[in-house]
Amino acid sequence: MMEQSVAATKDLSGVAWTGGSLVGSLNPSNHGYRTSDGKGGYIITNTHKKYKRSKRDADGNMILDDDEVVANLVVQFCNREGETVGDAMDVPTSAGSEELGSLLRSMLNPDDDEEDANRGQIPYAFFAKVTRKIETKNPSTLEPMVQTITEDVDITDYNSLAHFLRQFRNDVSTEQTLQLTYQPLALFKVRPVTRCTDTLPGHTEAILHVSYSPDGQHLASGGGDATVRFWDVHTSTPRRTCKGHSDHVLCTAWSCDGVRFASGDKRGNLIIWDPEKGEAKGTIKAHSKWITGLDWEPMHRNKSCERLVTSSKDGLAKIWNVRTKRCEATLAGHSDSIESVKWGGEGLIYTASRDRTIKVWNAQDGGGPNGDSRAGVLVRTLVGHGHRVNTLAVSCDYICRTGPFDHYGKIAGITIKDRESNEWREAAHRAAVEKYAAFKGSDEPERLVSGSDDNTLLVWHPTLDKRPIKRLTGHQQAVNHIAFSPDSRFFASASFDKKIKIWNGRTGDFLNTLTGHVGAVYQVAWSSDGRYLVSASKDSTAKLWEMPSGKRARETLPGHEDEVYALDWSPCGGSVATGSKDRTIKIWKH
Amino acid sequence: MPQHEHMERHRKLHGRRFDAEERERKRDARLAHKRSEFAQKVHGLRAKLYNQRRFKEKATMRKTIAQHNERSNKHANDEAVADGAVPAYLLDREGVSRAKVLSNTVKQKRKEKAGKWEVPIPKVKPVADDEMFKVMRTGSKKNKAWKRVVTKCTFVGDNFTRKAPKYERFIRPTGLRMKRANVTHPELKTSFQLDILGGRRIPVQISTLI
Repeated sequence: MMEQSVAATKDLSGVAWTGGSLVGSLNPSNHGYRTSDGKGGYIITNTHKKYKRSKRDADGNMILDDDEVVANLVVQFCNREGETVGDAMDVPTSAGSEELGSLLRSMLNPDDDEEDANRGQIPYAFFAKVTRKIETKNPSTLEPMVQTITEDVDITDYNSLAHFLRQFRNDVSTEQTLQLTYQPLALFKVRPVTRCTDTLPGHTEAILHVSYSPDGQHLASGGGDATVRFWDVHTSTPRRTCKGHSDHVLCTAWSCDGVRFASGDKRGNLIIWDPEKGEAKGTIKAHSKWITGLDWEPMHRNKSCERLVTSSKDGLAKIWNVRTKRCEATLAGHSDSIESVKWGGEGLIYTASRDRTIKVWNAQDGGGPNGDSRAGVLVRTLVGHGHRVNTLAVSCDYICRTGPFDHYGKIAGITIKDRESNEWREAAHRAAVEKYAAFKGSDEPERLVSGSDDNTLLVWHPTLDKRPIKRLTGHQQAVNHIAFSPDSRFFASASFDKKIKIWNGRTGDFLNTLTGHVGAVYQVAWSSDGRYLVSASKDSTAKLWEMPSGKRARETLPGHEDEVYALDWSPCGGSVATGSKDRTIKIWKH
Repeated sequence: MPQHEHMERHRKLHGRRFDAEERERKRDARLAHKRSEFAQKVHGLRAKLYNQRRFKEKATMRKTIAQHNERSNKHANDEAVADGAVPAYLLDREGVSRAKVLSNTVKQKRKEKAGKWEVPIPKVKPVADDEMFKVMRTGSKKNKAWKRVVTKCTFVGDNFTRKAPKYERFIRPTGLRMKRANVTHPELKTSFQLDILGGRRIPVQISTLI
């Protein structure tokens, strides 16, 4: 009976299932399109057609049908900085990004033996530069004109080189060498979240902020009931309930070493908590109006992780030393409420305000362009938006947030557990510095993206210039949240127009619009490998999207009974926490 | 007018009457009555001056009483956490801006004369003639009673002109003629003032007036 059914499947789809029963536990999503690779994992089979031998006419020239492309193509790999790797080589066009990846791996590390290659095969993304001619109308004279656009096309979006060539038949010459820029992807894979595993009741009012600690071992939430709660991520049970605030807890933030936790409330009070004991370490009356943003100093800049910047409705931002509870600098200059604050990786603080400007401040004594500037000195003012600026995202956000920790929540090469000890701190600081250096690569400037009520985003190089690099239009309502992917290849913008847009993280080119939400999208969060995006919306659902090509939501995560206000994806592993107006936190897992 | 401190001197030399305190108390108790008597009797400029002075006295009295009551007054609870928590990115945004947007679109539409809404009126009931109209008696002997004055709010269109008073059977007082209505949006909890375009004739009694 069993054999019969297997045989039937074979005949139907032409895809063989060799790993035993189709209904077995090895095959959770029994679609019949997957085959076992014999190790308990699954590979999606290549479903594209075989390419026929090209016909030739009487003179021996190739004739290409509409569906046909050349069988071989000469490609040249080069890295992000434009340096070529190896020689140009002839590659069959049936090769996809997986095959190209293994080819590139063998060129980069020629002396790796087979065993090494199996242990950690870094996947790569490949981009081809395509120059296209587009017929448009001259905006002033309305006469038709031809515009030349150069863009990076992601080969990963296509099943193989042949698919890519067919798509850009008129723009890519098969006679010339095709330059492929490669970029390493995360070695690990985060499994997509699909179901709600836990609902955490406890808060007696709406939940306004949830955040995982940088090592992913703690979950904290702040709510409208003026409490901060710490949850056990392993058992999804409450650990500590911290009272101390006298009004809604609006924003929370973990320090990069995971030792301290800060929360700001609607009356302008800032409280520093000890997440282990759940005790307040200090209460500071920081501002006269509510606190809109918190950000800690990244660990690679300062190993003690004790400085923090707060921004407030009262138009001020302040740098605090939480150990001494002293305000080190007041960043005054905005004429209206500050909506967002970010502590960049280059020793600069960015504040976005309702007065339509973004200001760049020096964060450290002895910083600045000449190296003699004091902390809190204004470096430059970025003017460009036509309406209030709502949100900021810096390319190194994720690296700064997770600090020294890797995607297992551990620090590579450290066995010391005691985070109070000097040895741990030294080692963690070294790890953070290394991680940041590896992320930054060569001399690529830090990128800042700002989203505004004027429905646009602006990309800046705030360390270099006060003029925007690019203006990104497309949203039809105010942009509420922007998030860079962990490797900063993409950023996603969430807007009140119910859409999420994906943009190229380096150039700011538009890539994709994600439609599906039926209410305003409030927040977005990336998985730590950058392959998935999750979004929280007013329509009481969260949605999971495959990046960067998924147009439709891969999963809808329903269950909340009201607007989803808060969202976070654990830096290690596949759990997502959402906080809602219905007073519950839900944990989503694979 | 007393010359020097002769009263005190006398008191020091001869002491006070035994019933001095009692007399003083009685005089004080009587004071209110005497003032009242004066206040009721006085008129003209003196009354004006007196009232002015008395007004000031009363104001200071009220202030002193308020000061004394400060401790026992009930205060609004400042420590209570307000309901309706929203995240920082929605503070100062929800409702207000939406109402503003709607209000602007309503205004825009009104300009274009394209927007027409049907607004449900919570209570529509037939109204009796007696309640609706007041009979106006006319004629030099006031013996004719064919004119009616409308006693409720009425709607008249833009091109409404009164009939000649001699033939005007229904008189609509100007104060009761309504051209605009305050309409509240149930979700946004905002009110707009909109022009009335027309009404429906439901009860027969009202139809007589239109």
